[in-house]
Amino acid sequence: MSTDTAARPASERTDGTAPAVEVRDLVKRYGRSRTAAVDGLSFAVRRGEVFGLLGPNGAGKTTTVGVLTTRVTKTSGLATVAGIDVAADPVGARAVLGVVPQRPNLDRSLDARGNLVWHAAYHGVPRARRRALADELLDRMGLAEKASTNPDELSGGQAQRLIIARGLMHDPQVLFLDEPSTGLDPQARLFVHDRVTELAASGVTVVLTTHDMDEAAKLADRVGIVDHGRLLALDTPSELVAALPGEATIDLTLTGADVGALRGRLTEVRGVAGVEEIAGEAGLDGGATHLRVSVDGEAGAALPPVLGTVADAGATVSQVELGEPTLEDVFIDLTGRGLR
Amino acid sequence: MSAPATGVPATGAPARSAGPGQGRAFLGVLGRDLAVTGKEFGTFLSQVLMQPFFLLFVFGVVLGQLGYVTPGYAQLLLPGLLALNAFFVAVQATAIPLVIDFSYTKEIEDRLLAPLSTRLVAVEKIVFGASRGLFGSLVMIPVGYIVLDEVTWDLSGLPIAAVLLVLGSLAGGAAGLCIGTLVSPRKINVVFALVITPLLFTGSTQFPFLQLGNLRWFQVICALNPITYVSEGLRGALTPSVPHLAGWVCLLALVAACALFGVIGIRGFVRRALD
Repeated sequence: MSTDTAARPASERTDGTAPAVEVRDLVKRYGRSRTAAVDGLSFAVRRGEVFGLLGPNGAGKTTTVGVLTTRVTKTSGLATVAGIDVAADPVGARAVLGVVPQRPNLDRSLDARGNLVWHAAYHGVPRARRRALADELLDRMGLAEKASTNPDELSGGQAQRLIIARGLMHDPQVLFLDEPSTGLDPQARLFVHDRVTELAASGVTVVLTTHDMDEAAKLADRVGIVDHGRLLALDTPSELVAALPGEATIDLTLTGADVGALRGRLTEVRGVAGVEEIAGEAGLDGGATHLRVSVDGEAGAALPPVLGTVADAGATVSQVELGEPTLEDVFIDLTGRGLR
Repeated sequence: MSAPATGVPATGAPARSAGPGQGRAFLGVLGRDLAVTGKEFGTFLSQVLMQPFFLLFVFGVVLGQLGYVTPGYAQLLLPGLLALNAFFVAVQATAIPLVIDFSYTKEIEDRLLAPLSTRLVAVEKIVFGASRGLFGSLVMIPVGYIVLDEVTWDLSGLPIAAVLLVLGSLAGGAAGLCIGTLVSPRKINVVFALVITPLLFTGSTQFPFLQLGNLRWFQVICALNPITYVSEGLRGALTPSVPHLAGWVCLLALVAACALFGVIGIRGFVRRALD
């Protein structure tokens, strides 16, 4: 990931050394509601990073993005984008951020190109540049043939791509994507994912909210897991998974061992959280034993010592299956199984 | 501001800063509204002309020919219809799109995210509505001259008439902003029936305000309608022989209406725009 400052023309008004996004003790309470939608949230996003805000529905993700994009007024705390306090200088903040909202909000009085060209006009892009820029972005988003199409006639995926193109028309330093691939087919999702990766490579900071684990694991350099308006965890996807206690599994099929003794010895191996015998299908494997070893962190890391211990016990392993935990396990572990 | 080779295009961010940028953003947002009106110009024109044309035709021509109204009536009616259109076209141009935008389509969001203060976006809505209202009122002049037989204007009153029309359009745009931000889409029909229709007939459009002495209660109601002051002011400027309110009263009342509706409307707009 590039930590751009030279690559992109940072606006003169922004602080080049400040984090791309900073949220400190942010609280948002809507109207007369007694519970806070965002309840003391703090995190910082580095420049050029893809940052994922992960959480169940109603966790406060969209509200947080709303505050950062100047559409929601905070109750207390601090929120900055490119070093600009969004509450104190919303106009300045709007010049350096781009938004891809959860719900399509394209201007249906204008065609696809018009949406881009007028967006550029709102942002003071010189008239001479607008059209060329719009055509360039339409092309990049695979919409060159849809330039004169009304947004009503675009598919969900095309509309989403057009919205992303619109968000980029004024060359923002930070792009906010609120659930960018909800409701898209796999092809459109992949396309959007590729564009996000490309953007990050070109130095744009990307903040995306999602409840799609795979999307977060795939795109985000770091993930903040949020629930009830609070930050529960913040790290790279792999570190989050690695920190998960006893979620990875090593399933062993073995013969020739004193199962009781072996279980005892395996339990003492470092990183092993538990061992249990699982019932095999009787008759099919001729008296083989099936053991499930739960390990902390990644299963692969614990495999050599586990196999070593099995060999020391004189058993023969006929099959090994690794069950790696995913970000989803981390998510469920932190936010619970209850429906929202 | 070199052209980008690949990746994200550079648009010259260093050249932009908040101060002068807001003026450009304002013009951009206004330009969008005007461009959309331009694209739908035919629809817009028919929308603007239909109602006043028929009012003009029935009251000015049909009833005159049948002998139910006196010959001088057209002279009184035309300024009233200019006033009516200035205010009404502005109200509709501002109110209806806002109700839909805020409640359903959210199409206005991209403009709310422009580097422009939210209040100025509201002001743009007023200015745009007013420009449509002003246009809607000006096109009534040739129509009136064509349809009506006897219209003679005191041309020395044109400058003051122009000021009155601008103020009336702005008041209409501001009133439209109030309606557009305070009324929910489910109630917009009711509001239009309960507010718009009475406004249509209490604006001293079809009668001179000062001659309502025998209908005092109705006169009081008419005094609350901003259109009254546009109609009366225009009569004072263009057809001074028709009894009319003093010009300064009309100007003062319209400035007050602009300020009142403007403050309420802009507040309502900011409340709807920000959570």
